[in-house]
Amino acid sequence: MATKLKLTQEGVVFVLAALLFVGFSLVLDRFLTVGNIIALVQSVSILGILSLGMAFVVIGRGIDLAMVATMVVAVAWGLVLSRSGLPLGAALLLGAGFVVLIGILTGIIVAYAEIPAIFTTLAMGSIVYGIGRTFFFQIDVQNTPVGYAWFDFLGRGTMGGVPVPVFAFACVALVVFLMLRYTRFGRFVYATGDNPLAARVTGVPTRVVMVAQYVITGLIAYLAGIVMAANVSGMNTRIYNSTMIYDVLLVVVLGGIGLSGGRGGVRNVLVGTALVGILLNGMTILNIGYTAQNLIKSVILLGAIVIDTLINPRDEQTAQQGDI
Amino acid sequence: MLKEDLIRLRYKYVPDHIVGELLAKRWMDNAIPFAALIIAIVIFGSLVPGFFSWGNLADYSRQFAELGLVVLALAIVMLSGGIDLSVGSTFALGVLLSIIGMNALDWGFGLTLVAVIGLGVVLGAINGVLIGYLRLRAFLTTLVTLITFRSIYDLVYPNFSTAIATGMPDSPMWDLLGYGDLFGIPASFYVIVVVAAAWHIVLSRMRPGWRLTAVGGARRSAHNAGINVRRTVCITYIWSGVLCTLAGFLNAARLSTAGTDVGIGLEIAALTAVVLGGNSLGGGRGSVAKAVIGTIIVLILTNGLISLSVPGPVNSLVLGSVLISAVFVDVRWMKNRHKLLNKVYVSPTYYKLPQAQSTKPGSGSPYALNDKLKDVGAIGLGVIEGAEDMILDRNDNLYCGNRHGDIMRWFAPDYTRHEIFAHVGGQPLGFAIDKDDNINVCIGGMGLYKVTQDREIIKLSDETNRSLFSVVDDSRLRLADDLDIAPDGRIFFSEATTRFEMHEWPVDALESRGNGRIICYDPKTGKSHTEIPNLIFPNGICMCHDGQSLLFAETWGCTVQRYWFDGPKKGQSEVLIADAPGYPDNINRASDGTYWLAFVGMRSPALDLALTMPGFRRRMARRCAPDAWMYPNLNTGLVIKFNEKGEVLESLWDLGGQKHPMITSIREHKGVLYLGGIYNNRIGTYQIPGADPNWCAVDTYWGAKA
Repeated sequence: MATKLKLTQEGVVFVLAALLFVGFSLVLDRFLTVGNIIALVQSVSILGILSLGMAFVVIGRGIDLAMVATMVVAVAWGLVLSRSGLPLGAALLLGAGFVVLIGILTGIIVAYAEIPAIFTTLAMGSIVYGIGRTFFFQIDVQNTPVGYAWFDFLGRGTMGGVPVPVFAFACVALVVFLMLRYTRFGRFVYATGDNPLAARVTGVPTRVVMVAQYVITGLIAYLAGIVMAANVSGMNTRIYNSTMIYDVLLVVVLGGIGLSGGRGGVRNVLVGTALVGILLNGMTILNIGYTAQNLIKSVILLGAIVIDTLINPRDEQTAQQGDI
Repeated sequence: MLKEDLIRLRYKYVPDHIVGELLAKRWMDNAIPFAALIIAIVIFGSLVPGFFSWGNLADYSRQFAELGLVVLALAIVMLSGGIDLSVGSTFALGVLLSIIGMNALDWGFGLTLVAVIGLGVVLGAINGVLIGYLRLRAFLTTLVTLITFRSIYDLVYPNFSTAIATGMPDSPMWDLLGYGDLFGIPASFYVIVVVAAAWHIVLSRMRPGWRLTAVGGARRSAHNAGINVRRTVCITYIWSGVLCTLAGFLNAARLSTAGTDVGIGLEIAALTAVVLGGNSLGGGRGSVAKAVIGTIIVLILTNGLISLSVPGPVNSLVLGSVLISAVFVDVRWMKNRHKLLNKVYVSPTYYKLPQAQSTKPGSGSPYALNDKLKDVGAIGLGVIEGAEDMILDRNDNLYCGNRHGDIMRWFAPDYTRHEIFAHVGGQPLGFAIDKDDNINVCIGGMGLYKVTQDREIIKLSDETNRSLFSVVDDSRLRLADDLDIAPDGRIFFSEATTRFEMHEWPVDALESRGNGRIICYDPKTGKSHTEIPNLIFPNGICMCHDGQSLLFAETWGCTVQRYWFDGPKKGQSEVLIADAPGYPDNINRASDGTYWLAFVGMRSPALDLALTMPGFRRRMARRCAPDAWMYPNLNTGLVIKFNEKGEVLESLWDLGGQKHPMITSIREHKGVLYLGGIYNNRIGTYQIPGADPNWCAVDTYWGAKA
């Protein structure tokens, strides 16, 4: 039974995505059109950007459940400031400052106080949202100020027929890819995620790397938020209460980036995003309701995880303690 | 001298060692969560009007029943090393099915309850099979099932929403559970009490619970120990499902309705409660008590903030901060607890040794230095490792222990051949032969054992009665050291210390507190009891010739005492030697009716002085590394002979320390004195001038065999 073909989780998801793509193309006559493919990519580009940020921190053996909260609050605050008279650019810079601050705080708690990232960011999520709702704004939906063409262009413009959000997704993917692959910092992130103790002993400033991770992830989320706000002309802060953060996580982990860190890259995120995008798009064309879409999506995701586990079973002897 | 008296009194009456023992208790884990609970009650009790009113408490206890079941479910899963994020959705489906069963389909109370529990089993089994048997990652899997179950809820709910709103179930049980009281206490509160008590017993007292904890604590070890890890994990998720749907049932009975948002965010509240209580994320550490404490804190926080009409966002700000600080304390506590324990566990006390007798050559002292042991022979040189004690049987064969946990037998007459007589699994520290020629042996870390001539190993005792007011359970034997057998078959043996493990025995010298005891095992009843408590490292034991008393040595106490266990002086003891220059170890009979005594090491003026300065030793134990501590001098070997009056008759020294730098045991047999040392690689043989060449110690106990 010496089979050369060793399927990874990424492979399984890729095959699944390809099958779905072929299936939808055959069944749905409107699926395989240029317009629809562009719409497909556009609809998942924000999810994709968020997933890139999450992937970054997960590779470094962290997790950031506060991403959505940070995004929502910082962007909403920026919009509030700009409507109160500040130029939009300056307001957004202030929002970015807030994101950096939150990222540093999260990073310090995780890296120096050694509190598990899952709890830190879970709690940070509700703290950030609480801060936002208490001090920054009172209304759930914040609209974008009128008269900023460049801002609208970010969300709704096109370049050569391709929507700007798709470009944004591509740019972020490229930057993250280059950073992870070709910079010393990127290698440090992998080393920290693979074995923090060994990395530290080797001389990697793991704590600084971890703080930087959360700052960068926050900024990527902020960028996703700006694109989102520009796209729909406003920020609905209730997104914080939705299952969006779970969708992001699923894209990352489905793509094959293990939660134990040190594995995976941008390609995995692209594959995960592709699967989710094809699924959502196909189901929307099939006119399936939002709830039923969720159900189908989750069952398919479950199937992907099961197939991955069957192909690459975890061994009792090598399973890491606390690796849940 | 007044100052020294004060120190003496202070260390006599202030039990410092209790601090370390309290810290070592498992329930100390709960101290911080419990303190947090008290603080929460005090703060909200004073802020919220009517907090302690009966109505408010009853309302709390109803909510506590629901949240408590969910928290318990999550705690059980986390204890086994997993996580269940789908608790909120499972709870929601439980609510939905209960309300559909009661309001829409009129199943009645019993059938609905059965259906709800069945639903819990099914939902839990989905998680359980996926995570337990298919080995999926718990976090991810339950994240997906969280969405799946929620979607099912969202799909089913609209179809029944009107029936739910209009249905009026006619069930007294349902009403009782929802808003009825039993003896003034809400009925649903009884449910959580029964469930929590049952789980407490299962987790702390029963094998399934221990297995579950073992799987969470060390999955690999549990697997290697033969525990069916997959099934255990699967079952925790099934229980999680059942408890969550049961909570849903209670919630449905209380509110008689279901909204679209029921159970949303419940997993975060439950997670906060579980961690606040002190259950750790990695698994293996947690309890029902912790879950309960965490639940109450979260309940007080959320309800308290609501009744103070704090807006929702501030509420989430507070909850988030509480979660972070709880985890912070938990992480710090876990990380530093053993460091703290190490620092405070060694707790020296005041002990003043009398002036030691001189050992100067030519001083006329019986301890005057000589070099009589310079030319002793050796048995098993390089083969024996750590023969703390040895014994010779009637056939002149020699038995000794080694640090690998064997009893070795060396064959007469030349002791060049040997075999492993028995593998007992721990280092033998004392031997005695009973009247049926069985080898009775004290094994460090294990207890009192008997090895028959057919090499059958029988455990005689590994416990004694727990002493009153002991913080740590001291009924198990930690360091059974030496033994001897009374004419009626009772075995008296010493346990050197109850506070330290076997390899830490020199550390006990730093405390010089009465941590040891002499225990009597009665073969008639098969039970042991503590005969003399609070001895300072009791070590050697030897029966006197009168059959009513025994001699024992306190190593760090530097005394040899006689104790009467029978006869007119029963219960009394008398100090025979109090001013020895060294630390006495094993005592055994000599051929002329006197006794041999081995010294494990020599006193030094510096340590003698330090024993009167407990504060100094405490600082030393806290601030210096253990290898820089002052220890007794264990580099000079001495054997003396003394009689029952306590007169020292002869001393044998190994001055250069070439062969026997540390003698822990001696045994006279047919004119030869055998010498053993716990760190030595041989057994020494010393020809005793003028000793009876036919004298066999076993015969003096049980008479010569025909």
